[in-house]
Amino acid sequence: MEEDIIKIKNLVKKFGDFTAVDDITFNVKKGEIFAFLGPNGAGKTTTIKMLTTLASPTSGTILINGYDPTKQQEETRESFGIVFQDPSLDDDLTAYENLDMHGMLYKVRKKDRRERIEQLLNFVELWDRRKDLVKHFSGGMKRRLEIARGFLHHPKVLFLDEPTIGLDPQTRNHIWNYLKKMNQEEGTTVFLTTHYMEEADKVCDRIAIIDHGKIVAQGTSEELKAKTNTDYLEDAFLALTGTAIREEAVKNQAMSGRARAWRR
Amino acid sequence: MIAIYTLWLRELKKYFRSKSRIIGSLGQPILFLVALGFGLGPVFQKAGQGNYIQFLVPGIISMSILFLAVFSGISVIWDRQFGFLKETLVAPVPRWQIMLGRTLGGATVAIMQGFIVFGISFLAGFKLANPMALPITLVFMALIALIFTALGTAIASVLEDMHGFQLIMNFLVMPIFFLSGALFPLTNLPKALNIIVRLNPLSYGVDGIRATLDGFSQFGLMTDFWISIIAVAILISIGSYLFSKIQV
Ligand SMILES: Nc1ncnc2c1ncn2[C@@H]1O[C@H](COP(=O)(O)OP(=O)(O)O)[C@@H](O)[C@H]1O
Ligand SMILES: [Mg+2]
Repeated sequence: MEEDIIKIKNLVKKFGDFTAVDDITFNVKKGEIFAFLGPNGAGKTTTIKMLTTLASPTSGTILINGYDPTKQQEETRESFGIVFQDPSLDDDLTAYENLDMHGMLYKVRKKDRRERIEQLLNFVELWDRRKDLVKHFSGGMKRRLEIARGFLHHPKVLFLDEPTIGLDPQTRNHIWNYLKKMNQEEGTTVFLTTHYMEEADKVCDRIAIIDHGKIVAQGTSEELKAKTNTDYLEDAFLALTGTAIREEAVKNQAMSGRARAWRR
Repeated sequence: MIAIYTLWLRELKKYFRSKSRIIGSLGQPILFLVALGFGLGPVFQKAGQGNYIQFLVPGIISMSILFLAVFSGISVIWDRQFGFLKETLVAPVPRWQIMLGRTLGGATVAIMQGFIVFGISFLAGFKLANPMALPITLVFMALIALIFTALGTAIASVLEDMHGFQLIMNFLVMPIFFLSGALFPLTNLPKALNIIVRLNPLSYGVDGIRATLDGFSQFGLMTDFWISIIAVAILISIGSYLFSKIQV
């Protein structure tokens, strides 16, 4: 009986001399909503990339739904869905086409595809704009479309990298409710990263706090508060990671061509 | 297989939506056709080589396919920068299928562009020697398109950003075009040049198209065909290997 659907052991990712993810070990149970909470540059996105076959680990082992993303890439990809932190839509296609293409890649049948796309576009209030090219959308609209796309098929594990960043509180609330429902009705395991403490507190079963590439604490929100003798998750977070403001390690980022391109 | 179709369809949609790209990429072939065709025509004729437009058109068709094909392949870099590439890289389909879909789509677009240039060449006075050979012309157009879309994809898979693009245009694509027999006959070339031309896969595509459109072939149609086929196989293999290794 598999209980842990995500198993991470001694995972390390180095970029040159810089260690972005530094020997982390954790498990996520099937059907759980699990959050990675950490300041900018902590290594959250890098971890998700390794878990989702987009980057190879320097060392350590990963099992997603029983598969090793470094060796069983296709089986791993069959097991998860993802909402990226960075944009990943095709700007030259319409909102509808973006979702339709996603559905085709994920082998959602034509009839189901139509129904679900209509339902999801209504849900994120973009149905009226379905025939508009995405390049004409505002940042918030694009974000909503990315999230709708992430919900289109029903994976065993859903990764959400800062899903609600840049969205208004109503939309955020809306999306968390949907996610909770999906988690309860379909047993989808959710792995998310967020900056919003109240969200993590309210939505998540368990939380790992990550800083400088290391997991500094993990447990339920209650456990973290008890451990740090605080009443709010935010205070627990600050007690564990310190109060210094984090800039993303600019020096390290400049080494990556992609990061350079983004900054222009 | 639906993944291949999906990515193929995407390329077509994007092509038909960008009128400026269609028209923009016609500029260069038309310029070459007019400037060289009419400019060098008399010299060519005097040298006893016949009608230059008849000779040049297969080369210009190949050129338009070459440029658009490489460009389509290179668009992997754009998708990487705008982020869409990630979406296809995590999809539950083998990455070679994603690569093949993109390549078939890019090649289809390049062939259509080749046809537009083909049509325009009649305005410049081009005459078809043998209409029955047109299906074979199409085969060679497709082979050129596939070779160079795959080449573009292979290159883009190892580049992180657009910085190398100009380098590739000037030191790879331009030489491939100029040293292919697209513009001049391959008889009596200096030895070194002759070797380069024979190592260039475009030479065989151009020769195949010329054989079917104008009836003249340097290497023989079978040689043209098999070398092109082998080049397609090699470049698609390399391209899909490199594409499957992309990390973002
Ligand atoms: N491709 C890369 N090359 C070099 N450094 C990188 C690269 N990707 C991420 N980093 C660095 O790794 C660290 C962790 O980044 P990231 O995982 O994006 O953090 P988070 O998502 O927690 O904000 C940062 O310091 C970042 O600059
Ligand atoms: Mg991040």
